[in-house]
Formats: sequence, C-alpha cells, structure tokens
Amino acid sequence: MVKHYLDFEKPLMVLEREYEELQRFAPRNDPKVSARIERLEKMIAKEREDIYAQLSPWQRTHLSRHIDRPHTLDYIHLIFEDFMELHGDRGFMDDPAIVGGFARLEGETVVVVGHQKGRDVKDMGYRNFGMSHPEGYRKALRIMELAARFKKPIITMIDTPGAYPGVGAEERGQAGAIARNLREMASFPVPIIVVVIGEGGSGGALAIGVGDKILMLENAIYSVISPEGCAAILWRDGSKGSLAAEALKMTAADLLRLGIIDEIIPEPLGGAHRDYHVVAAHVKEAVVRNLGALKDVPEEKLLADRYKLFRRMGTFQEK
Amino acid sequence: MTWFKKKETPSQADKSADVLWSKCNACQEIIYKKELERNFSVCPKCNYHFPIKAQERIAVVADEGTFTEFDSTLAPVDSLMFRDLKKYSERIAEAQQKTGLRDAFITGRCEINRLPAMVGVFDFDFLGGSLGSVVGEKIARMVEKAIDEKMAAIIFTSSGGARMQEGIFSLMQMAKTSAALSLLRRERLPYISVLTDPTLGGVTASFGMLGDVIVAEPGAMIGFAGPRVIKATIKADLPPGFQRAEYLLQHGVIDLIVGRRTLKATLGKLLGFLYQ
Repeated sequence: MVKHYLDFEKPLMVLEREYEELQRFAPRNDPKVSARIERLEKMIAKEREDIYAQLSPWQRTHLSRHIDRPHTLDYIHLIFEDFMELHGDRGFMDDPAIVGGFARLEGETVVVVGHQKGRDVKDMGYRNFGMSHPEGYRKALRIMELAARFKKPIITMIDTPGAYPGVGAEERGQAGAIARNLREMASFPVPIIVVVIGEGGSGGALAIGVGDKILMLENAIYSVISPEGCAAILWRDGSKGSLAAEALKMTAADLLRLGIIDEIIPEPLGGAHRDYHVVAAHVKEAVVRNLGALKDVPEEKLLADRYKLFRRMGTFQEK
Repeated sequence: MTWFKKKETPSQADKSADVLWSKCNACQEIIYKKELERNFSVCPKCNYHFPIKAQERIAVVADEGTFTEFDSTLAPVDSLMFRDLKKYSERIAEAQQKTGLRDAFITGRCEINRLPAMVGVFDFDFLGGSLGSVVGEKIARMVEKAIDEKMAAIIFTSSGGARMQEGIFSLMQMAKTSAALSLLRRERLPYISVLTDPTLGGVTASFGMLGDVIVAEPGAMIGFAGPRVIKATIKADLPPGFQRAEYLLQHGVIDLIVGRRTLKATLGKLLGFLYQ
C-alpha cells in the first residue's frame, strides 16, 4: 500500500484507496463488490498508464525525492549479504548522511558506500536529509581506500540533495573533501560501479560518483544544481523549478542520450517505492552484470578507460 | 548638510575623471589609476586586491615575453539549447563581445623567475568565471601537457562555480579536471592553486582545493557554498570574516596568503622547492 501520493498522482490515489478499502472491508461474495473491484482494477491500470507513461522532468524530480522511496540501506539489505557498516572519518565524527562498509554480493566481498536519507522526521534530522558534511566524504574515502588496498570492487549509491551548506562544513573543508574524493576515485585500481538511486545533487553527489560504470534508476535525477536553486538564480524565481528541470536535462533518459550514464535501471510502474523487491532485484542484476564485465579487465586498462570516460565529457568547438 | 539628498547623475566631467581615477571598493579611497597599475591593482592605502583580467594576471607572474598561449581557439557551444530568461547562446555572444575572450579561461606555458610552468587563469568577467566544458577541456589539456613536458601546473581561480547553462556537462568538469590532476600527482609533478576573489562551488571543490600547495590572495572569498545559501540554510548570521582567505588560513584550509606584489616571487620560490 502506498502511503504518500504526489500531487500529480491524486486521481490515482482516489481509485487505489477505494480499491484497498473494498479489498479489506467489503464482503467477499457480494457480486456488486466484485464488479466494482474489477472495474476499479481496470481504471487503476489505465490511470497508471496515463500518469506514468509521460512523466515530466519536474514530476520525476518529485518521484526521485519521494519520502517512501527506497534509500541506500534498503538496497543494501535487499541486495547484499553480511553487510558490516563501518563508521567515522577518524578525525571529527561519524556522519550519518553517508553509510558504508563491507558486504557480500553473490558470495564475493565488495565495499558499498552511499548517501543515506531518513524516512520519518526524526530520522531525517539524524541523516541531515542525506546532506553530508566533509566527514561523510572523508569516511567514504577511507572505506573506499580499504577497497583499493584489499582489492575489492566498490559500489556507490547516490541519493542526496547536495553537500551540506553550513558554517562548520566550510570551516572543516567541504570543498577539499569533495575534491579529494574525485581525484582519488579516479585512481583506485578496482572496479567502481556508481548507481544513482534517487537525487543526484551536484558536487555532493559526484563526490562518490566517479567510476567505471554509471547506472541510474529510471526516475532518478542527476544535476549540477537543484531545479529550484537554478530557477532562483537564472529565472530569479525559485518557484520556476519546473522550467529549470526541463532545461537542465537531468533525467535518466536525457543523461543516457548525452553519454553521461551507461544504463537506465527500470523501476516498477509508478516508481521504486511501489515495490522494493522488484526494484532491488533490477539493481542487483545490473550491478552483478556490470561487475562481471569489469572483473577480468587489467588494472591499467581499467584506469585508462575510467580516465577516458570522464575525459571525453563536455561539449565545445575549436574554431 | 542638506535634508534632502539630490539624486546624482554622473556628469561629463565625472566620466572623464573615471579614466584617470579609481575608487577603492574597500576603503573608498580615490586612487590615481597609473599608481594603481604600478601597484598591481592593489589599493596602496588598504591593500584591497582589485579583480584583474586573465591577461593582467599573466603579466603579474610570468617573466616578460615568456607566455605562449594554448588552445586559444576552443569555444563554447550551447549543446543543451539552454534558455532561461535569455538564451545561453546569446549570453555566450555577449560575454565574448564584452571580454574579447572565447571563454572564461586562458592557458599556456611561461616562465616564472626562469622556472617553466603550465599556467591557467580564469577571467571572472566572462560569465562569472563559470566552469563550463571549455574551461574543463583546457585544464585537462594543460595538465596533460605538463605531464608530457614534465612541468608544474599552476591554476589561478576566480569563479562563481558551475556554468548552469551547460547542465550536467558543467558538473562533470569537476571529475574530468580532478582525474587529470590525479595523473599529474602520480607523475610527482607539482600543482599549485592560487585562489583569488571569489572562488566558489565546483571550482573550489575540484582543482581549487587540490593544490599540493594552496595559495590565496588577501581578502579573497573562498568556499563551497555561497554565503547567501549558507545563511538561508542555517537561518543565522555568519561569523565575521567567514569564508575569507584569512579565516580559511586560520581553519587550516589553505597554506598561504600572498599579496599580489610578492606573488611572482613566492611562486618562483615554491617551484624552486618543488622541482627536483
């Protein structure tokens, strides 16, 4: 059962709620009820098709941030075995906005790192809405360095509005923490698979986003700036987010076309939150397949190919 | 003193005065322009460092006549057909008209007190020195050249951050330039970054903060998030001097603050230390 509906899903909500109520409370053998249920099923199917077939970038933005959307730890528990979370940057604190550690994927040891958002009010505050301080990036780096040293593949999951813009974050070197991750991830001699699972917000997302294969869920977004932030600056009106979302080309389909990502991972109709198991199975399949393809690539070629991947990003002319 | 202030419009006389005199943005002192130029565009009274053009920056640090520019024909394209209140293509054309540059970054080889280096310099006047594909490509190329010719790389930043009109391509320049610098590092070649006012966003969070030695100009605003964003997020006033070079030095974020008058000597000295 879906707990939270987005504005554009309201017509669907009415139907699904009635359907669920009939299922739960109406007498089973009443032919009138059965007829209504049957009719509702058809209406719901059609409504879903209508709503989700042509989602706008702005609607996807909301889906990517959906409060019930599976987060990094949900995927970790559904995809991996034996996850052991590691903590702390060894300098200042443990940043709960990023999680990471060892796990097993089909028997093989891997290292997983991802942004972690909260689900209820308290948890959201604890996770700082998935907005990391420098310590989060330093923790991620530390855990990934373990992977590099002990030759384990790295899987990262991106889901953040961005790096946290605060006084302490700046004082403790937010920019430098992100920068060092970019530089070091470019040189780790192990396969790195990046999965954009929700919100890919700017430098704070990219800080765990340098890898050999960049995968992205169907309704995830990945952008240089949030559409609201972009609208506030370029349109001088923060409420013009829908226009900015169109212009920024931040959906999975756009980014595949632009050559930024390698693959789109399909979600259940209506979004990842409608079926955790289905979407996790899709993510697992894609990660296992891509890791398999990288497994026997010699170190030098792996690094050269990773360099080439980012080296060619950008558009310009020479005249 | 009058009770009502008249709205002043600049007269013809004022305009001609502008050619000869400048007013300091910090202490409001009226400075004779020739004197300001002789003083590397630093206020002789309060040490305020005026913003300078990329070419002027090169003149400040490079031995005379040693600078050779690279990749001067690289120019931006509007591949996303980005349009906000104005088309990106129009913004490019206007910036090119205004600055005489193709994009916000100049690269080349030069000597600094007889020591060779690859240098890259931002020009803030071109779309706020924003980090677009051309800037990223020029940095990647200059770093690769530094590796080929076994030289140091020095980048002088002044930038508001990402070029939003290039969307995800702009973001990816952070990864691209940092990846190039990882190769330079592997070759044990020095990289010095010189941060000038202002250096923000993705520029700070990539090559800006990756210097083996990080130098900043006095008073420069340096950060990841801009002060307005931070203020809006934390809903409180920011500490005095926050995100200024002096504040960052105190917090251990940068190595040195160097005034423009001694910048060349300092860079020469650093190269002397770093070159084997």
